[in-house]
Amino acid sequence: MMDGDIRTNTYDDGSTDALTGEQKIRNFNINFGPQHPAAHGVLRLVLELDGEIVERCDPHIGLLHRGTEKLMESRTYLQNLPYFDRLDYVAPMNQEHAWCLAIEKLTGVVVPRRASLIRVLFCEIGRVLNHLLNVTTQALDVGALTPPLWGFEEREQLMVFYERASGARLHAAYFRPGGVHQDVTPKLLDDIEAWSQQFMTRFMVDIDELLTENRIFKQRNVNIGIVTEQDILDWGFSGVMVRGSGLAWDLRRSQPYECYDEFDFQIPVGKNGDCFDRYLVRMEEMRQSVYIIQQAIEKLRAPEGQGDVLARGKITPPSRTAMKTDMESLIHHFKLYTEGFHVPAGEVYCPVEAPKGEFGVYLVADGSNKPYRAKIRAPGFLHLQAMDYISKGHQLADVAAIIGTMDVVFGEIDR
Amino acid sequence: MSDHLQELGGYIEAKRPDCVLGWDISQGELNMDVTLTNIAGLIDFLKGDATCRFSTLVDITAVDYTGRAKRFDVVYHLLSMYQNHRIRLRVAVREKDMVPSLTDVHPSANWFEREVFDMFGILFSGHPDLRRILTDYGFRGYPLRKDFPTTGYTEVRYDEVQKRVVYEPVKLVQEYRQFDFMSPWEGAEYILPGDDKADAPK
Repeated sequence: MMDGDIRTNTYDDGSTDALTGEQKIRNFNINFGPQHPAAHGVLRLVLELDGEIVERCDPHIGLLHRGTEKLMESRTYLQNLPYFDRLDYVAPMNQEHAWCLAIEKLTGVVVPRRASLIRVLFCEIGRVLNHLLNVTTQALDVGALTPPLWGFEEREQLMVFYERASGARLHAAYFRPGGVHQDVTPKLLDDIEAWSQQFMTRFMVDIDELLTENRIFKQRNVNIGIVTEQDILDWGFSGVMVRGSGLAWDLRRSQPYECYDEFDFQIPVGKNGDCFDRYLVRMEEMRQSVYIIQQAIEKLRAPEGQGDVLARGKITPPSRTAMKTDMESLIHHFKLYTEGFHVPAGEVYCPVEAPKGEFGVYLVADGSNKPYRAKIRAPGFLHLQAMDYISKGHQLADVAAIIGTMDVVFGEIDR
Repeated sequence: MSDHLQELGGYIEAKRPDCVLGWDISQGELNMDVTLTNIAGLIDFLKGDATCRFSTLVDITAVDYTGRAKRFDVVYHLLSMYQNHRIRLRVAVREKDMVPSLTDVHPSANWFEREVFDMFGILFSGHPDLRRILTDYGFRGYPLRKDFPTTGYTEVRYDEVQKRVVYEPVKLVQEYRQFDFMSPWEGAEYILPGDDKADAPK
């Protein structure tokens, strides 16, 4: 046996291990993952344990590396859009949003108001999708089976809304540079509103009752993985990891993009910065997101919210009716989907407040139809980097709880 | 916002004239070209100075400009959560240059620098643990350099006889498709059949 325990073995010939008097207890290395249900994907942690206490934690990432940034350099701007769905596949549209904003900033395209409102609506649906998955599977990691079963039911309904808007449950490719692909129907808005009401009155109440005052859930999360203000700065945290520690930092409020400045919402903050506070922040953010969704639906129904959903011009396709009557539109459509549009040379960094934190795109354009370089800045990359620092001195079982509240998804970390 | 960045750019240049080569504001973002040797000192200054307070390191990445003597641009993005502004620092680097590591100033630079090393082969001096991060164990080459093919050099498959994953040189059934979208009216450089007749003496 090579497990490091001290024992006296006896052998076939009757002999036993000699005691030297200086036998030492050595630390024990284990592999956590890459195929472990609590690793939330393909994460391999090499953990050095002293008894059950974590001494060192070395995350090995890159098992899901697909070379997205390299692939993007040989594809047109529009062909690159679906890659963003596959980064953080839990909330796909929030990623697309960053890409569209970067292109719009370089080309100077102004998005029509209706498209802007639809983007906000679906970004917030994405946030609820993400937090639903995170809160419930984190509960699963610490031993509760029921929350994910309930949460996935709600997620399924939200994905149906995705499907009704874009045609795909998950990899939507719905946000396009210059707007959104298609308009939403009034019936879809009605259904989203109906869903939002039952979500607030039934689901959130249920999950709150199930988890918030649950003794086991609290024992596993309170005072685990505490993040201080200094840690936030040192390790470059963003999103819930910041807000859970009491800093009211939210890009939707501090550096508003799209039309978030006209929405009324609160930014919840935690007090202690532990896993439990991050859970509470996520729960409150879901409520705030639903509140924004309801406001967006109101605005979409108002007369000012009507109109086209694409800024018609060089970077967006012409309408179908124009294509059928007008040769130039037909040529434009053909050229747009083969050659793609050209983006003026320059470089921009466009961050959005994705559910996991600050998701940014650094785009270097050289004036051609393909990006010269696109760097994807994923929030989870930095959060996971601090794993060694945060988990040091915790029990092995707490590692699962910490990974859970860090909200890591390997699509975006490994890219 | 732009006035504020204008002031900030002037302020940093006045405070650290030895570091700043030039700065501009484009697309509402502050860009600053800085020298290679002083980068760690400058970022430490930007972190501590009360006007700047760039306390968060948002990103480190690189861009490969082939054909330039200083081939790479190492790009740093910094954010101040207190002053609510951002800055982008660019350092031009030769292929053989060592870039001073930022791990002492911002611990979060650790993985970013590993990633830049992995993808571009830029070395960072003073980095505690400069291993590859995203690519496979035992990977060779630097994928995000422009001279690295998108298909890579090796492919893997599970070998039923050897009962393990084997690495082989990449074989493509058809050539990797790179379309040329330049229209003949926009100054194509190749000669179309018949073009040679145009210049022929009559």
